[in-house]
Amino acid sequence: MSLAEKYPQEVEKILAKYPPEHKKSAVMPLLYLAMREEGYITKADKADIAKLLDMTTTEVSSIVGFYTLFHDEKAGKYRLQVCTDIGCALRGAEQYLAELSDELGIKPGETTPDGLVTLEEVKCLAACDKAPMFQVQSGEGIQYHEKMTVGATLELIETLRKEAK
Amino acid sequence: MMKYMLLRHREIPNLNQIDVFLKEDGFEGFKKALKMDTNAVTDEVKAAGLRGRGGAGFPTGVKWSFMDKNNWPHYVVANADESEPGTFKDREIMESNPFQFLEGVAIASYAVGANVAYIYLRGEFWEVAHFLDEKIDEMEKAGFLGENIQGTDYSLKIYTHLGAGAYICGEETALLESIEGKRGQPRVRPPFPPSQGLYNKPTVVNNVETLSSVPYIIANGADRYREFGGTEKSPGTKIFSLSGRVKNPGNYELPLGSTFRELIFGEEYGGGIIDDKKIKAIMPAGASSSLIVADDKALDTPLTYEDVREVGGDLGSASVIVIDETVEMDWLITKTLSFFAHESCGKCTPCREGTYWMKAISERIHAGEATKADLELLHDVAKQVQGKTLCALGEFSTMAVVTSIERFPEDFEAKVYE
Ligand SMILES: Cc1cc2nc3c(=O)[nH]c(=O)nc-3n(C[C@H](O)[C@H](O)[C@H](O)COP(=O)(O)O)c2cc1C
Ligand code: SF4
Repeated sequence: MSLAEKYPQEVEKILAKYPPEHKKSAVMPLLYLAMREEGYITKADKADIAKLLDMTTTEVSSIVGFYTLFHDEKAGKYRLQVCTDIGCALRGAEQYLAELSDELGIKPGETTPDGLVTLEEVKCLAACDKAPMFQVQSGEGIQYHEKMTVGATLELIETLRKEAK
Repeated sequence: MMKYMLLRHREIPNLNQIDVFLKEDGFEGFKKALKMDTNAVTDEVKAAGLRGRGGAGFPTGVKWSFMDKNNWPHYVVANADESEPGTFKDREIMESNPFQFLEGVAIASYAVGANVAYIYLRGEFWEVAHFLDEKIDEMEKAGFLGENIQGTDYSLKIYTHLGAGAYICGEETALLESIEGKRGQPRVRPPFPPSQGLYNKPTVVNNVETLSSVPYIIANGADRYREFGGTEKSPGTKIFSLSGRVKNPGNYELPLGSTFRELIFGEEYGGGIIDDKKIKAIMPAGASSSLIVADDKALDTPLTYEDVREVGGDLGSASVIVIDETVEMDWLITKTLSFFAHESCGKCTPCREGTYWMKAISERIHAGEATKADLELLHDVAKQVQGKTLCALGEFSTMAVVTSIERFPEDFEAKVYE
């Protein structure tokens, strides 16, 4: 099913934000919409969006490739993205990530065996005063979790695991 | 005496609710603007001397007056990309004092004759964007957006647009490319956005904090704004995002002209260094900063656009990262370089290749696997990148490298062999 068939109202609302002669502007919001169900963008999605916006599929792919929050490969249902950039690193984020990684038994870039969580190391998320912190990205959106401990993180993951069932 | 002009929610609970905001003189600036001639609005902002809070410190009213009046439509774009490591002020404004920001967007749009404004938020601010969408709806229902605002013939729509993880999209022309549905890569300037911006139409791009300062100026006048705080050339208050090795990191709103010492050591603010260690250096503008040696002279330097330059730095976005004696500079630059190498958009060779090589050399130095010649090479590469890049990111990537090697040579010399 195409995006316009699946989410007719939302697609219409997105297109209405931009001048009709510049509908290419809708590519980013439509890519987010395409990720909603599975958490990643398929080849069919790209072709679909290209058609809707009078772009080529190659153009759409190059947008997906440029921005780090667009994914065209399957990963865990939740991407747990820990900031270890300068501000967080000065307040213990690297040690936090190492301990979390040990507890989960996976390295950054890897996914838990049940396919629930992919652990990632990311650049500054504009929360340097609330380190250690991470965001959770899934098809449904992105949430911040600040001033975290390893224990609180493991609890959160348990909650996500229950919800996913 | 009011303490805050921007972080007013710290004194007024629930200011992000429209009824509370209205009770607290909300939209008074916008209502007043709607009765003024558009040029008079711009002139008032000029007289206030407000300077852009996104980093460059360019006079806001002057920017508005550059809009090409022979080319329509006009656009206003709020820069809510907030991606400079160490910066986290715009998010607090948007979450806790959103209507003041939206009022600023509305006044700017009225002043330059724009009927559509976009707010470009970094993709990570997903929840903030959805929250703002609700606030925009409430504002429209209250008659402050949409058609025929407050019975005038002025109409305005505000839309949010989410980025998707790219620091370079904070650079205003890359941001415009990104809204246009392209890869976020900077344009060659000139033309500047007020002549050719979004969809090649005249566009004002302003930072969230800049726009949030505007309602007070219009409601109370330029003189009152200047009286509120600041200096002749750097008037007003500014939010300092304080992070790093301080006891109390966070956002602090202070008049421009306060000192680093007050900000970092003041009991109400930073509260001093963790474990009372010795302060070593200050990065006043996030990862893009020069490293200022934190001696008495620097600590007593007034925080203005002019004075910070005198001690070898830039106020920039005022994202003050504090470095203490426990931190070694060779480690610090592996962090900044890893950031810039990741975020270089790849459009020009000196930046793309330079950040890659600087990162590689800095990692070898930090690992104790480099020679003195490598250290010189790192300094050389940084110097060669300077002045040769299309946008300022390339330049930014060299600042910490050059200044840390020059001002803290002992940290590096201890790591390299002959
Ligand atoms: C690499 C780079 C990143 C930038 N990031 C931001 C940002 O995140 N937010 C911002 O407001 N300005 C950022 N700027 C500055 C903008 O280009 C522009 O000067 C600013 O939005 C203008 O608004 P102002 O005059 O209100 O400061 C960045 C500039 C560069 C070169
Ligand atoms: S300096 Fe770097 S970020 Fe800027 S345009 Fe060139 S490659 Fe892109």
